[in-house]
Amino acid sequence: MEDFPVLEMKHISKSFPGVVANDDISLQLKKGEVHALLGENGAGKTTLMNILFGIYHADRGEVFINNSKVSIASPSHALKHGIGMVQQHFTLVPSFTVAENVILGLKDFGFVIKTKTVESKIKELSEVYGLPVNPRARVWTLSVGERQRIEILKLLYTGASIIILDEPTAVLTPQESDTLFKAIRKLVSEGSSVIFISHKLDEVLSISDRITVLRGGKVVGTVERENIDRRGLIRMMVGRDVLLDQEKPVVETGRVILKIENLNVKNDKDLMSVRNLSLEVRSGEILGIAGVAGNGQRELAEAIYGLRKKVSGRIELDGHELKQGNVAERIRAGLSFIPQDRKTVATCPNLSVMSNLFMKNSICELVHCSPWKLDGRRMHSKADELIDEFSISTPSAKTEVRYLSGGNLQKVVLARELSAEPKVIIAEHPTRGLDIGAMEFVYKSLLLQKKRGAAILLLAGELYEIFRLSDRVAVIYEGQIMGYTPPYPSYIEEIGFMMAGTRQEDH
Amino acid sequence: MRIRIEKRLEIPRYAGIVVPIISVAFALLIMGVILLVFFMGRLGNLSSAFRETFEAYKEMLTWPFANRYGLFSTFMRMVPLAFVALGLSFAYRMKIWNIGGEGQLYMGALASTWGALFLFKDVKSPLMMIVLLSIIGATAGAVWALIPALMKAFARTDEIVVTLMLNYVAIFWVDYLVYGPWKDPKGYGFPGTAPFPSQARLPSFFDDEFHIGIFIALAIALLLQYIYKKTGWGFNSQIVGDNLLAARYSGINVRNYTIIALVVSGAIAGLGGAVQMMGVQHRLQHGFSPGYGYTAIIVAWLAKLNPLAILLVSFLFGGLLVGNDQLQMFYKLPMALISVFQGLVLFCLLGGEAVFKYRLAIVKEVPESE
Repeated sequence: MEDFPVLEMKHISKSFPGVVANDDISLQLKKGEVHALLGENGAGKTTLMNILFGIYHADRGEVFINNSKVSIASPSHALKHGIGMVQQHFTLVPSFTVAENVILGLKDFGFVIKTKTVESKIKELSEVYGLPVNPRARVWTLSVGERQRIEILKLLYTGASIIILDEPTAVLTPQESDTLFKAIRKLVSEGSSVIFISHKLDEVLSISDRITVLRGGKVVGTVERENIDRRGLIRMMVGRDVLLDQEKPVVETGRVILKIENLNVKNDKDLMSVRNLSLEVRSGEILGIAGVAGNGQRELAEAIYGLRKKVSGRIELDGHELKQGNVAERIRAGLSFIPQDRKTVATCPNLSVMSNLFMKNSICELVHCSPWKLDGRRMHSKADELIDEFSISTPSAKTEVRYLSGGNLQKVVLARELSAEPKVIIAEHPTRGLDIGAMEFVYKSLLLQKKRGAAILLLAGELYEIFRLSDRVAVIYEGQIMGYTPPYPSYIEEIGFMMAGTRQEDH
Repeated sequence: MRIRIEKRLEIPRYAGIVVPIISVAFALLIMGVILLVFFMGRLGNLSSAFRETFEAYKEMLTWPFANRYGLFSTFMRMVPLAFVALGLSFAYRMKIWNIGGEGQLYMGALASTWGALFLFKDVKSPLMMIVLLSIIGATAGAVWALIPALMKAFARTDEIVVTLMLNYVAIFWVDYLVYGPWKDPKGYGFPGTAPFPSQARLPSFFDDEFHIGIFIALAIALLLQYIYKKTGWGFNSQIVGDNLLAARYSGINVRNYTIIALVVSGAIAGLGGAVQMMGVQHRLQHGFSPGYGYTAIIVAWLAKLNPLAILLVSFLFGGLLVGNDQLQMFYKLPMALISVFQGLVLFCLLGGEAVFKYRLAIVKEVPESE
């Protein structure tokens, strides 16, 4: 492997209103290496790559390819220079076949399209790189992993030798990730270079040759893989050691606060997706619900919160039965909900941080004021207080929340949901898509609520998170609780059986 | 070097003023060419066509604002525009698209006429009469908007289509009455009702050229400004407008908000109809509105739904309408040409706003080393 920089980015800076996304970033990519770009969400990884791929334009800085300066005005321009990018959201036409999608990406496919030739070349490429895909399959019939392979094949077909993968494993199963990693290895051994964007430490450690860590739009450093370990990377990413395995506070659990009896709920397709489910959560307790996504978790959470009508059953909050579909009543009774969809359900993207903090103010009264005369000044000072308390990084309370990163957006949601001192908290995938710093913040906040005596129902996909927070683990499968275990990794096998549909007493 | 078009990340603050001015100037320029061709055909001489075009523009732009009679006419035209636009802003803030301002205006006018000529004809006190007619006008507008509101809230119909269609129903209803049962027997066959009694007319000054309707509009604008900025309703309606799911999540009863938004919207437009009857028309007539309800959509939009800005924009649009009347009268321009001009202004204003979302960026390109 030669130490030849195929790509060099020098002193790249880019600002968006209120944020400096990239601040004087320099990066070197050698021929035949996997170079990971690691950083928390909002560190500027994607922005930097969008500049390289011609989607954004840098305010300052230069790009060199094979030692000659280039200016990349658009993605097609980038492709001409051999730079290809697989974005987080794929750009495929679902009703077309794989080959047709590849043809779409070609500049000159001639007047008569030679589909046969393309198909055989795809077949060849997919065999060489270990990216199995049927060129004649229609894209809509394929899995996410296969779609990603098509995106990579598209780039290889056009002859890209610098391939950018933006969070490629976020959508993959572990097996699919393995296939992808093998393909990446093959790619670099054939002389391509790969830039691998991620915020997951383990995969970065397992795939890269070199790692550049970004933090707050700046380069913290570039290190060789063999010279660094997990802990060192975490320190670089967050600038401090994170307590990854903090102790749970010992809290005496109190009376039953949330009680669900024989609940039945239908999903959007009108199929029963929560079936005869009963559970109890006590004050000061976190009940973690583990399960493969799509087993009724969302419907359960929405039914408890009143966004979805139940078919039958009983939901009690502190001994008082909740009526059908009345969200306001639940908020008043002290129920908080941290939904999975931060952007589409829990916040208003075009409204300010302050407005988002007070979205429920007319009911839960974080700042007490008459509905006929809102006290703007007191709301403003309370907002500043919450921004401080939850360390929300925002230019001001008046900034529209669509400019905030995922972690900060979640902090806005937490600030609103938790400062109302709720009796019950439903947390649905509260850390999905967050970086380590924000994740820790969410954990700490939830544990603090537990200490205060809230009853918390945690619905999460990652077992790590469930073990980390819960006092008891319940496993859900097809809308039913399969059984309970204590929150220790030694029960993983049992939990795995139940997640696959085996009842606890069955084995 | 290349020039490319890219989307602006942030619309600068000055855009709200600069863009409309440039857009209107652009519309004037295009219209100038059309007028030039028109006058060329009439006068057959380029230099006099130029002079005539210039004179016509001067007349159109100065008359509505620069003298007493023009200014009063502008105010008169402004009032119905302002009422309907204020009403629309109430619904538009929640992204509920009430296109039925015209129909609600007609229903308000119809109901106040019914009150003035039949229902309250024995009321003698002018104050009492005006209050009663205002209430009945607003109620009629509200009821007319309640129909699409209920349909939207309970059957999820599209309010744009329903409100628009109800405009035609309202207009034909008025036509039926003024051509039929309510036709003034002393009206020489003219399609209109008998005139309102004197106690059903708004106080007016300067030889009846200026009525107090504008002050009612101002009061409503201030009230709405307060509601939007200072009340829980205003706050929550922003949430409903920005993200319906978030509104449900926040415990806001979206159905009630939808119904109230449309009903209040219609009530304000209906009040506008009553004021127009009491202040200007003094009788219900066929086609008394030259499309105020539609122009008001543009007014509300250009004013960014801000009540005080709506007053300003409707004043300017009122002036535009008066200037057009002037052209029609003194330059004998065909009515169609006037419509062309109004269309051009709207087109340029909306186009200008759309275009301004983008900007030209100059990209320095290094020659590629091949």
